[in-house]
Amino acid sequence: MIIDDNTVDKIASLSKLQFEGESKQKIKSGMNKMLEFIDKLNELDTAEVEPLIYMTNEVNVLREDVAVNSTSQEEALQNAPKKDSDYFRIPKVLK
Amino acid sequence: MKDYRSLKAVQEDLTSGATSCVRLVEQYLQKISANEDLNAFLEVFSQSALEKAAQVDLKIAAGNAGKLAGAVIGLKDNICYKNHQVSASSGILANYKSIYSATVTDRILNEDAIIIGRLNCDEFAMGSSNENSAYGNVLNAQNKECVPGGSSGGSAVAVQAGLCLASFGSDTGGSIRQPASFCGIVGLKPTYGRVSRHGLIAYASSFDQIGPLTNNVEDAALLLEVIAGADDFDTTASQKPAEKYSKNLSVTAPKKIAYIKQCIENEGIDPEIKNSMEEFIARLRNQGHVVEPVDFPYLDYLVPTYYVLTTAEASSNLARYDGVHYGNRSKNATDVESTYVLSRTEGFGEEVQRRIMLGTFVLSAGYYDAYYSRAQKIRRILRDKTRAILNDYEIIITPTCPTTAFKIGEKVDDPITMYLQDIYTVQANLTGVPAISLPLGTHSNGMPFGLQLMTSEFQEGLLLAFANSISEN
Repeated sequence: MIIDDNTVDKIASLSKLQFEGESKQKIKSGMNKMLEFIDKLNELDTAEVEPLIYMTNEVNVLREDVAVNSTSQEEALQNAPKKDSDYFRIPKVLK
Repeated sequence: MKDYRSLKAVQEDLTSGATSCVRLVEQYLQKISANEDLNAFLEVFSQSALEKAAQVDLKIAAGNAGKLAGAVIGLKDNICYKNHQVSASSGILANYKSIYSATVTDRILNEDAIIIGRLNCDEFAMGSSNENSAYGNVLNAQNKECVPGGSSGGSAVAVQAGLCLASFGSDTGGSIRQPASFCGIVGLKPTYGRVSRHGLIAYASSFDQIGPLTNNVEDAALLLEVIAGADDFDTTASQKPAEKYSKNLSVTAPKKIAYIKQCIENEGIDPEIKNSMEEFIARLRNQGHVVEPVDFPYLDYLVPTYYVLTTAEASSNLARYDGVHYGNRSKNATDVESTYVLSRTEGFGEEVQRRIMLGTFVLSAGYYDAYYSRAQKIRRILRDKTRAILNDYEIIITPTCPTTAFKIGEKVDDPITMYLQDIYTVQANLTGVPAISLPLGTHSNGMPFGLQLMTSEFQEGLLLAFANSISEN
């Protein structure tokens, strides 16, 4: 068991998620099962191996930096859960 | 309606005047409505589809219609289509309307495809059975007690049941090929970078590729030809020009083919699928191909490596759903922090939350080297070994999946068994190579199963031509 209640709280806080009661026990057990599963990777010797980071062989794909209006303000606000004529609205930050 | 199983058949009837695009769309809409219980479509785009159909009919009459004229196509619910809803089958995007189209969407529309609706899938493409959708399970049309596979379950069933001619899905670990195998159709995952990911709702960006699900290889080749190629909006899309795949579908010379011993001798494989593979190998040899066993000692490391890397990438990609700019905001939010936390906790399903948590964990201080960095190193080992095999052989064959479609509910409580569904398919995503699933046979339980082919990167020409020659024999 690597993941205890404190770890769940810490990772949940980083993930901006919340787990309480039953859902906390469930996520803890789910994560521990997954960790047990991925611990298999410790069997391989990776000392001399470089991490593979980029899956594409393309280097420096360049194009002209031409300004275009691809999204209007109205479109950008279209899906906002709350907005006024010009801005996204969120609950008060300072009280 | 006539059950069209190839674009060629549709286009012959359009040319002869036996049908029209408008009539085709009307008939598909009726058929979709008659098969609502399959839950393949989340929404039909009746109005825009009929409008487009009328335009294409005029272009056909004028003799200037595009390559995909008459192709009625469904999009997985994670591919954007401007002014149409898209949700990634998630509650958090329940009312989201796309403000731009995916490059793939634009390219098929430019060639006069008709987009008929959006197709159910696992939430954010995370799943192997379509049981993680916020909008309900999709049923396998061959046996409604069985799953269609996932995550592109709706895309597979829509083609299987003839509710559209072809569809697009996305494949991060097998999400096009496994449902294709479970539904008895063709599913293609292109080389990483062959197709632009612009407008595909991201899951794991170094794995995701969009690809077609079709009734035959020729349609898959034509669709790839239309969507492939460089894109200003995705610099991971290759600058290599797309080939005319659909024009070069014949294979003459015998091929050098490898099969991975560990895949066939695997204890999890269904004995009938194993027999069928062995018979298939014998048939290839009789046709003059060289088919040899190769060793791939990393089979058991594929899925764990995949889960470390994809959950890490997902945790980062899904950080954008914060209840601020788009997507649902919790009604209980009282300040900024609770806007984020409650919107995400209420908006994401269980599997998505589990993957975000694991991904955040493997990237967190103290665990990054032990898990994330190690998995990236193993990814290199896996890619080098796969490349070495593909230096000696032109094609690798494996079963697409170890089993046929399983019963709905059978594996939901055991995520690890569910993850092992992807054991044969994740290799292509981890290593970037293209892969296709073709129908191989029918099990005594009545369900279809598929054969998977893989080639070197950007060898889709060979992959499709060989797949086509197999399908014809």
